[in-house]
Amino acid sequence: MARSLNILLVEDNPDDAFLVSTAVERTLAGIRVLLVKNGQEAIRYLAGEPPYEDRSRHPSPDLILLDLKMPVMNGFEVLDWIRSKPGLRRLPVIVLTGSLLPEDTQKAYEAGANSYLIKPLDFDGMMRTIKNMGDFWLSGTQLPDAERS
Amino acid sequence: MSKRVLIAEDDPTDIFLLQRAFAVAEVPAILHVVRDGQEAIDYLEGEASYADRQAHPLPDLLLLDLKMPKLNGFDVLSWLKRQPGLKRLLVTVLTSSDQPQDINRAYDLGANSYLLKPHGSQELSDLVKRVQKYWLEVNQVPVTSE
Repeated sequence: MARSLNILLVEDNPDDAFLVSTAVERTLAGIRVLLVKNGQEAIRYLAGEPPYEDRSRHPSPDLILLDLKMPVMNGFEVLDWIRSKPGLRRLPVIVLTGSLLPEDTQKAYEAGANSYLIKPLDFDGMMRTIKNMGDFWLSGTQLPDAERS
Repeated sequence: MSKRVLIAEDDPTDIFLLQRAFAVAEVPAILHVVRDGQEAIDYLEGEASYADRQAHPLPDLLLLDLKMPKLNGFDVLSWLKRQPGLKRLLVTVLTSSDQPQDINRAYDLGANSYLLKPHGSQELSDLVKRVQKYWLEVNQVPVTSE
């Protein structure tokens, strides 16, 4: 692998963010997790708006892990925004949420999510989920080109 | 309940190898095969010979080749996006093309993921297991309708 892969983690709950980042560190090699804490920050990040203009410090992600229920702007709104941007709409977005509601699943796929994963409540569960995610997405699956802004 | 996989693939050898890979991998999925993009659309629409949904159920996952006669994989993806009930259908492109423009275009058109057809039956069996495990067990499958 020429460079590490970058995952943008969009997660408002600091405990969940810590769980996910730690699980990634423990189970997946060569992955850098970039954390933003709500939908508005996610959009700023992806658009390369301040404070994220410097792409050497804030690289374009290869993949997004997206929570749904967040303040300021939620995951559905982020999905709608991403899919409306020609340079970004191919980005794989994996929803990672505590919501078990079928209507949220439908709505997320409708809005263009590639995949929908339920957030486990415990660390072992999170390790398994992140490993399963990594086994599929980060070894073998062809990813599109990250956006060149 | 067993999940249903629809395979859209025109090459008879590849069809055979995929069916065998599913069997060897002991993946408990029910397979249906269509041989070009038009048949894929007919199947998903429930057209003509595919009208009987008992015999031809809507799949949980579509494994989609890109290079097919009549309508190709990109045509199928474009068509799917315009169908309100079907646009959520999980689609994994499975192709021999590693060209970035094909990869980018497939994701642009709404493919959920993109896999390269491996050489070797063990590799194909492993791929089938990975696909089944991730898309049909770990991932939450959306509901689709015609």
